[in-house]
Amino acid sequence: MIAKMINNFLDTDIGYSFKKSKIAISSTVVFLIIVFASLLAGIVAPYNPFDPASISLMDAFTPPIWVEGGDINFILGTDQQGRDMLSTMIYGSRISLTVGFASIIFAMILGVSLGVTSGYLGGRYEIVVMRFTDVQLTIPSILMALLVDGIARGFISKSLHNDMAIYVLIIAIGISEWPQFARVTRAATLVEKNKEYILASKIIGLSNLVIMFKHILPNILRPVLVIATIGLSQAIITESTLSFLGVGFPPTNPSLGTLIRFGNNFLFSGEWWITFFPAIFLVVLALSINLLGDWMRDALNPKLKSR
Amino acid sequence: MSFLDIKDLDIEYQTRKETIEAGKNVSFSLERGEIIGIVGESGSGKSTVANAIINLIDKPGKITSGSIKLDGIEFCNNENIVQKVRGKKIGFIFQDPQTSLNPLFKIKDQLIETIQTHLKLNHNDAEKKSIDLLREVGIENPEKRINEYPHQFSGGMRQRVVIALAISCEPDLIIADEPTTALDVSIQFKILKLLKQLTIERNLGVIIITHDMGVIAETTDRVVVMRLGKIVEQGKTIEILSNPKSIECKSLVMSVPPTNKKIDRFKLLSPEGKKITNSSVNLTNNIIKNWGVRDINNKKLLDFINVTKTFDDNAIISINKSESKIKALDRVSFQIFEGESFGLVGESGSGKSTIAKIVSSLISPTSGEVYFENVSLHDPKNKLIKNKFRGQIQMIFQDPYSSLNPRFKVKNIIAEPIKFLQKNIGSDLINKNVNDLIDIVGMSRQSLERYPHEFSGGQRQRISIARALATRPRLLICDEPTSALDVSIQAQVLNLLKDLQDQLNLTILFISHDLPVIRQMCDRTTVLKNGVVCETAETEKLFNSPKHPYTKELLNLMPKIESIE
Repeated sequence: MIAKMINNFLDTDIGYSFKKSKIAISSTVVFLIIVFASLLAGIVAPYNPFDPASISLMDAFTPPIWVEGGDINFILGTDQQGRDMLSTMIYGSRISLTVGFASIIFAMILGVSLGVTSGYLGGRYEIVVMRFTDVQLTIPSILMALLVDGIARGFISKSLHNDMAIYVLIIAIGISEWPQFARVTRAATLVEKNKEYILASKIIGLSNLVIMFKHILPNILRPVLVIATIGLSQAIITESTLSFLGVGFPPTNPSLGTLIRFGNNFLFSGEWWITFFPAIFLVVLALSINLLGDWMRDALNPKLKSR
Repeated sequence: MSFLDIKDLDIEYQTRKETIEAGKNVSFSLERGEIIGIVGESGSGKSTVANAIINLIDKPGKITSGSIKLDGIEFCNNENIVQKVRGKKIGFIFQDPQTSLNPLFKIKDQLIETIQTHLKLNHNDAEKKSIDLLREVGIENPEKRINEYPHQFSGGMRQRVVIALAISCEPDLIIADEPTTALDVSIQFKILKLLKQLTIERNLGVIIITHDMGVIAETTDRVVVMRLGKIVEQGKTIEILSNPKSIECKSLVMSVPPTNKKIDRFKLLSPEGKKITNSSVNLTNNIIKNWGVRDINNKKLLDFINVTKTFDDNAIISINKSESKIKALDRVSFQIFEGESFGLVGESGSGKSTIAKIVSSLISPTSGEVYFENVSLHDPKNKLIKNKFRGQIQMIFQDPYSSLNPRFKVKNIIAEPIKFLQKNIGSDLINKNVNDLIDIVGMSRQSLERYPHEFSGGQRQRISIARALATRPRLLICDEPTSALDVSIQAQVLNLLKDLQDQLNLTILFISHDLPVIRQMCDRTTVLKNGVVCETAETEKLFNSPKHPYTKELLNLMPKIESIE
């Protein structure tokens, strides 16, 4: 079944361009490896870094195996608490990816619905929505996320905060990303709404809601997909930055950003691997998503199709 | 030896799945002072051949074999030679004058640049020559206008500039790819006249590529008829048009709407050359039984009274208030009676489509009244009135490529209006109605499961008609329904519309810029110019004895296939 689906996909124009692009194939492979590893972290990771029974402080600061003093049990070494770096990173990427996907879906729902409605309905509603996006685009997204996070901290009691961190981050990042979606969908809606099939629907008498979400939305999903992909890596980086700044995930439940922050403390005392490996991991993850997004932008653009 | 000699040209497009032969064994020749026409339907390879001459075939297409000789010099596939010849010895005129000039440069710069690239002239001489050229192509006050930008010229004027560019380096050969398709009849006439005149004055060879048999009849000496990349027939224009030999050519000539008489139905030829006589539609279908046939009682159905529509640019700062408003319609009145087909004809900007939008309630008039069955359609006090007539007025659009939602299957496209207007209809009945509708428009039921992009333009227009019929309309608005189609497909679609009208007693509002089509389709016709009604009369009367000077001019200027003697 899956093999057949993949075959059908490879037979389409987009699939064909995918087959021909080395960058697209390799970045997809890397991305899928990371996604599956993080989904199956319990099986793939050599240790469970959150199980106190499996960690021993005696193992702390073990360097990677190819460095003198390395231990065959800890391929990439251990951190200051004796947790295996590789396992911690796999578990950490699970958190980063969850936040990334969830926040981009949140941003997408918010941005696309505002974009389609404002593009289609126009008038004062459109002006208000678009000025909102203009204002928000003048604020760097990381500041926006910090702002939302700060407000959330004021409302949530400290004891709950660590448990609520993931939801706060999803909303904070989602809110900082939605204007992109709103702008692109509005522009695409403006093009689409003057096409004759929309006029035909109007003459039949379909309601605005049906026209917007049944007729227009499926036709403007391509650009949304492209921004969502590039936005995903953006969201993962934003999450890491917040965690690095100490307003993201707590040390008990570390994401990649949290790991980099801890490792940073030991960078000058010689234990470089604690910060180096999570940082590289983050770069590879973000890069593979970005390259995939770049390819997708070209492949889905009918104007560049002939190349 | 001829001036231009093309022999056994093969052109291939290699795509991922198949190799398409866009040209196969194409051979023809051209003498100086002669205009040759290449005619064919879309996809026949006529533009490909023209592009092959100047070696501008888009990848992945390539010339695989053959020879192209200009004055005895072989330059097939030889970019070095073609580069020198292109622009200098061969001038090219493209279809769309809106995009073939660079909008950021003044006319002067574009002309001088071209001239200086190919001729050794200094800047002042080149400028002088440019002014002379503009005067030659009929642009008034060229000394002043040469300093203007392309957007300051109208479509016809811009095409003149393009022609000036094409002849600026004194070429021997001009290739014009659909030079007048984007232009109105009156401008088309002038441009073609100009081309003919230049051919004689400068002793040029001219190739005109077009799908319009009228243009062919009026301008060309010889004609090459192409179909699917092959030349099916070539010879003197008069012979081809009056006595075509091949089936393809016969079918092409038969499908052209005659300008001098009204015919009942277009005669169609099957690919084997047999005449298709019976109507394409079988309307003993269930849906007609369900619906019943409406009586014709010649009642007034639509009353359009003194309608004015102005488009405001909503400028906050405007110096002259009246200038920011564009009057699309100015006190337009007409009536449509039940069961008739009513024609609206006019050039671009005459307000035809605005009327269609007002009738279909997509926009409201600025002033004036529109009555459907004696009920006002645009009563601001009674917004619900629109819903009462939902489905009674339906529309078929011009562009078959954008009038169907590309993400919907055909069956859902046709079913949607049924579902919407009859809320408690069962899915069995919907399917039955959809099947009947697709039968009515003459398409197979298998097509219901497919998506619009799998169909050709004519088939899409049929789907569009099925969708419009699904609500059982009384008034069907056809806004240029065939202007994007080939003539033989146009003939089929027009036949279908006539059949449907007869069987269903539909009232049709038929909008077109194409006078021969109007003559074939309409009982009464209104001529519009710049939003003002010139004349309303019975179609035959209008064509035989036009009253208004503008109508006379239009009839005079339209290219006539019969004009060849």
